[in-house]
Amino acid sequence: MHIPKIVKIKRIIDESPTVKTFIFDWKVENEIPGHFMMVWNFNDEKPMSISMIDPVTNEIGISIRNVGEFTSQVHKLQIGDKLGLRGPYGRGFHTAGSKVLAVGGGIGMAPIVAFSEEASRRGIEVHVVSAASTMNELLFGDRIKKSGAKLLTCTDDGSYGFCGFGTDLAEKALSENVYEMVVSCGPEIMMKKLFDMVERFKVPAQFSLERYMKCGMGLCGQCCVDNQGWRVCVEGPVFWTDELKLITEFGQYKRDASGVKHKIP
Amino acid sequence: MTILEIELCGIKMKNPTMLAAGILGSTAASLNWVARSGAGAVVTKSFGLNPNKGYANPTTVEVTGGVINAIGLSNPGVENFKFELEKLDKSVPAIASIYGANPEEFSQIATRVEGLADALELNVSCPHAMGGCGAAIGQDPNLTEEIVRSVKKSAKIPVFVKLTPNVTDIIEIANHAEDAGADALTMINSLGPGMRIDIDTGTPILKNRFGGLSGPAVKPIAIRCVYDVFDSVDIPIIGVGGIRDYTDVLEFLYAGASCIQIGTSIMYEGMDIFEKILNGLERFMDEKGYGSVDEIVGIAHR
Repeated sequence: MHIPKIVKIKRIIDESPTVKTFIFDWKVENEIPGHFMMVWNFNDEKPMSISMIDPVTNEIGISIRNVGEFTSQVHKLQIGDKLGLRGPYGRGFHTAGSKVLAVGGGIGMAPIVAFSEEASRRGIEVHVVSAASTMNELLFGDRIKKSGAKLLTCTDDGSYGFCGFGTDLAEKALSENVYEMVVSCGPEIMMKKLFDMVERFKVPAQFSLERYMKCGMGLCGQCCVDNQGWRVCVEGPVFWTDELKLITEFGQYKRDASGVKHKIP
Repeated sequence: MTILEIELCGIKMKNPTMLAAGILGSTAASLNWVARSGAGAVVTKSFGLNPNKGYANPTTVEVTGGVINAIGLSNPGVENFKFELEKLDKSVPAIASIYGANPEEFSQIATRVEGLADALELNVSCPHAMGGCGAAIGQDPNLTEEIVRSVKKSAKIPVFVKLTPNVTDIIEIANHAEDAGADALTMINSLGPGMRIDIDTGTPILKNRFGGLSGPAVKPIAIRCVYDVFDSVDIPIIGVGGIRDYTDVLEFLYAGASCIQIGTSIMYEGMDIFEKILNGLERFMDEKGYGSVDEIVGIAHR
C-alpha cells in the first residue's frame, strides 16, 4: 500500500555542515541502492535517496542536505522524533560488473555510498569518485574506506584531494583502469559530462536522475521526462546510457511543480 | 476495420479506450507514450489559464480499492501547454481537458487550443479544485449550462463535459449539459472527497486534508451513473471510474457508455493495461460473436 509508515529517528549522523543522515529501524526486504523513499514530516513530503541499507540490523538511512524549507524542518528533528516513510520506490542500480567506477557529486553521494557498500560486500572491486565543493562537504569517506572500496576524492576549491571536478577525476580513473560498469548520481551537469565520457570509453553506465515529484506512485505525471514520457519515480530514477540517449531533456531542462520548464544551468 | 473501432462525435478511434484526464498527460511525451501503449485516444491533464503549482505534498495516498488525491490541478498554463500539444505525434485523437472558474475563462482557453486538439473535455468536476473551479461548477446545473453554452458558442471541435458524481441528481446536471450543446458526457470524475488519517499521529495524510477517490472502489457508482444518465440523454457517454480489466469495460458498455477511459489502474497494471484490456475485449467479442462495440452499448437497458 502506498501509505506512509511512521518511524522514529533512531540515530542522527552529522555528515557535514549541511548534511545529516537519519537512521531508522526498517524491515529490509526489497530495498536496493538507488531506491528512494517519500519522506513525510507531517507538513510536506519529498523524495529522498536511501543512503544506507543494512539487512542484518534491519536499518535504513536517509541523508538530507539542508537546502530549503522542508529540509531545514527535517534537520531540526531529534532522535526519537517521527517521520513518515513510504517506499521503497523506483528502479535502483543494477549491481553488475567485476570492477566498477562509482561517481558521486554533492548529496548525490547518498545512493553512491549505499551502492559501494553493497557492491563491495558482493566482492566487486569498486572505485569511488567522491566530489564536493570543499573539504568539509566531502561525504561518507569513512564508510567507503571501511567497505573496502577505493576512495578518490576531489574538491572544486582544492581544499582536499584532487583539485577539480568529479568528472576530471573520473576521466583520469577511466584512462588508467578498465571498468565494466560506471554508476553515478550528482548534479545533472556533472552526469551529462560523465555520460559523454563513458560513451567515449565504451563502458556501460547507469545514472540516477532527479525530477520534481508529487505522487511517487506513477500516476500524476509530474516527473515524466521527454521524449519517452517515462516516469522517473517508476521507470527511473536510475537509467542506463542507452535509455538516457532517449531522454532528450537530460542535461537540458527540468520541470517545476506546475510543469513549467527550466533550463539546467 | 477491426471490431474494436468506434466513432465518437465524428472522431474515429481504433478502439474504445482513452487515457483519463489527470493521470500522466501533462506532457506530449507521456501522452505519446500512452498512445504507443495502445490507447484509442488520449486526454491531457487539465490545464487552465495560468501556471498552477497545485497543492503541496502529500498529494496522493492509497486507500482500499484505489487512491485519494489532491493534486490541485497543477499545470503550466495554457500557453506552455500549447507547446506540448504541438508535439503530440497525432497517432491517436487527443482531447484537451481544460478548467476555469467562469464561462469567460473556459471560452478563452478553448479558443486558444482548439486548433491543436480533436476535442475538448471541460473539467467541471474536480473535487479538490481551488477558487470556484471544478466541482463547484459541476454541482450547479445552471452554471454548468452557462459554461458549456459559452464554450460551444465558438468551439469548432466536439465538446465533452466531465461530470461529478457528488451531486443529488446527476441526471439533472447531464440534461443541462446536453441542453447547452455538449457533444458527449464523460462520467465520472473522482468521488468524495475522501480522507485518510494517519493512525500513529492522528494527522490527515493529504496536505489538503481531503481528496478525490478514484480506482476500483468507485466503479459501481460510475456504472450506476452511466446507467441512469443513458436513458435521459441522446448524446454519447464516455465511461470512467475504476476500470482495471476488460470485464470492467464490458460493464460500462452494457450500462451505456460508448467508450471508456482508464486512469488509476495504471498504478496497478503499468502501461500494459491498454493492450491487456483490448486483447481481453476482442477475445470476448469474438467468442460472443459481436461484430462491433456499438452492439454492446446499452445492453443492460434491454
